[in-house]
Amino acid sequence: MNQPAAHIEAEGSLVSTAKKIRKIIIEESKRANVGHIGSALSIADIIAVIFRNELRLTGTDDPSRDRFILSKGHAALALYAALHLEGILTEDQIQTYCKDGSMLGVHPEHRLRGIDFSTGSLGNGLSIGAGTALAARMKGLDYRTFVLVSDAECNEGALWETVMFAAHQKLSNLVAIVDDNGQQALGKTKDVLDLQPLAEKWDAFGWEVHVTDGHDTTCLREVFSGLDTALGKPKVVICKTVCGKGVSFMEGKVAWHYLPLSDEQYLQALGEIEEAPFV
Amino acid sequence: MRRAFAHTLTELAHKDPRIVLMTADLGFMVLEEFSEAHPDRFFNVGVAEANMVGLATGLAASGFIPFIYSIATFASMRGYEQIRNGPVLHELPVRIVGVGGGFEYGHAGITHHALEDLALARVQPGLTVIAPGDHRQAAAALTDTYQLPGPIYYRFGKRDDYELPRLDGRFRLGRTEILQEGDDLLIITLGALSSEAVLAAQLLGNQGIQTTVALVSSLQPAPWDDIQSLIGKFPVALTVEEHYPEGGLGSLVCEIAAGIGASCRVIRCAVGMPPGSCFGGERYLREANGLTGQGICATALKALGVHDA
Repeated sequence: MNQPAAHIEAEGSLVSTAKKIRKIIIEESKRANVGHIGSALSIADIIAVIFRNELRLTGTDDPSRDRFILSKGHAALALYAALHLEGILTEDQIQTYCKDGSMLGVHPEHRLRGIDFSTGSLGNGLSIGAGTALAARMKGLDYRTFVLVSDAECNEGALWETVMFAAHQKLSNLVAIVDDNGQQALGKTKDVLDLQPLAEKWDAFGWEVHVTDGHDTTCLREVFSGLDTALGKPKVVICKTVCGKGVSFMEGKVAWHYLPLSDEQYLQALGEIEEAPFV
Repeated sequence: MRRAFAHTLTELAHKDPRIVLMTADLGFMVLEEFSEAHPDRFFNVGVAEANMVGLATGLAASGFIPFIYSIATFASMRGYEQIRNGPVLHELPVRIVGVGGGFEYGHAGITHHALEDLALARVQPGLTVIAPGDHRQAAAALTDTYQLPGPIYYRFGKRDDYELPRLDGRFRLGRTEILQEGDDLLIITLGALSSEAVLAAQLLGNQGIQTTVALVSSLQPAPWDDIQSLIGKFPVALTVEEHYPEGGLGSLVCEIAAGIGASCRVIRCAVGMPPGSCFGGERYLREANGLTGQGICATALKALGVHDA
């Protein structure tokens, strides 16, 4: 069985971590004057639980480290925030976000410590993750591969090629996480290309399906810690989320897929995140 | 070449546990030797080339040397973006094996004719591009290059029943191989079509025209120095390839000629027919595009201002 992560965190600490991630997202996106804020806020709680409670040996070259692939690469700011809180990215590094000559762009780059694969083109991360999961089995290593995809990313046909392959190969050590916030670049997913019933689709393709509240760290912690990645089917955790979660004027608004923050919006967003007792 | 590939890879895999072979459901009567010898390192991933590239990227990042096999069209194009953002971007040792470039799948039609694969591969930084001339060279090229640190695109022909004269299985990365020497004309050729280039040189010889035939099997890294040296010696050079004129061997030679300001005139013998013009066998399609020995000879004579005797 898998060894637990080095630092299993208590509930209050997970909430605090998610709040810190959101704060960094707002501060750095404002400083850089770039968007994709809603998408990053959507996964803040998932990222907090994965990085604090699940991933082992992140940021090392150890062959037995767990792999994490942010296939929805446009939310990289949430990933940078988590790597910073883990001590892998320095304060100086994170402040280069979207500066000319930086290694921290809107989408993550594998030359950065703690990032195994560059992403940004949707629909491809899961296939790479299935490759690392297959490699673990072939080498007899017990590391897990977590791949975080967006719900709209499930529009991509290539993703379903991997879904079939992973089920056929019984890659129990592969965990897909779907950020199911119901939004995509130009509209609601149900209006653009309806994905539902999403859980039933993954189930029909042969995966072990879990559906949870993607903003409740207790639920997230329990679901992830309960996965038996040594046996059975590949796992998918469909996280019900809200795009822009934690900032009232962004929540559920399609425009915040792209918009940057004005000065007033920045202060309001930061205030709401800091004052929220439980995001 | 494809059987030489499968046999050589099977042998290499006995010694090197990093080698993995994946196919997108192609390779009947070709890949069985490997799959039977190394069943734990052979995967038929189904008809899903894009996924196969991603899988290979993950495997290569984990210490394996994955070979991904399909017909050259599907191997090079279906997962092209995945190749770009996977093994190329991450500089990983994924080996993309495209079988049957050019018109080798004859009657199967344009969907199975890889006529732009070399151009697509050649523009990717760090992607080694190898197109051997015969099966012995294919085996040598595979043995010589499979451990390179970055990604490789191999274009292997289907046939294993001929050998190019005086090649003797030689392969050198980034170099040309001279098949014959002559002072009147230079032919630079690539891949399975090289047997027709050799025939053209023989036909020209019958008319007293002595031809140098240089084989390019390593398109990237390009044999820049060898070609620079060769084109400096001739007023006319023909390039011969089963590929569209743009982006492949002919373009490479033009780039080198322009780069050094050579006075050599470069004539590209390549596929000129519009896609999907008609169905036909390999021989018919080569003839229709002037790519048989006779067709290449005729082009050469015209370029030299000599009337066919």
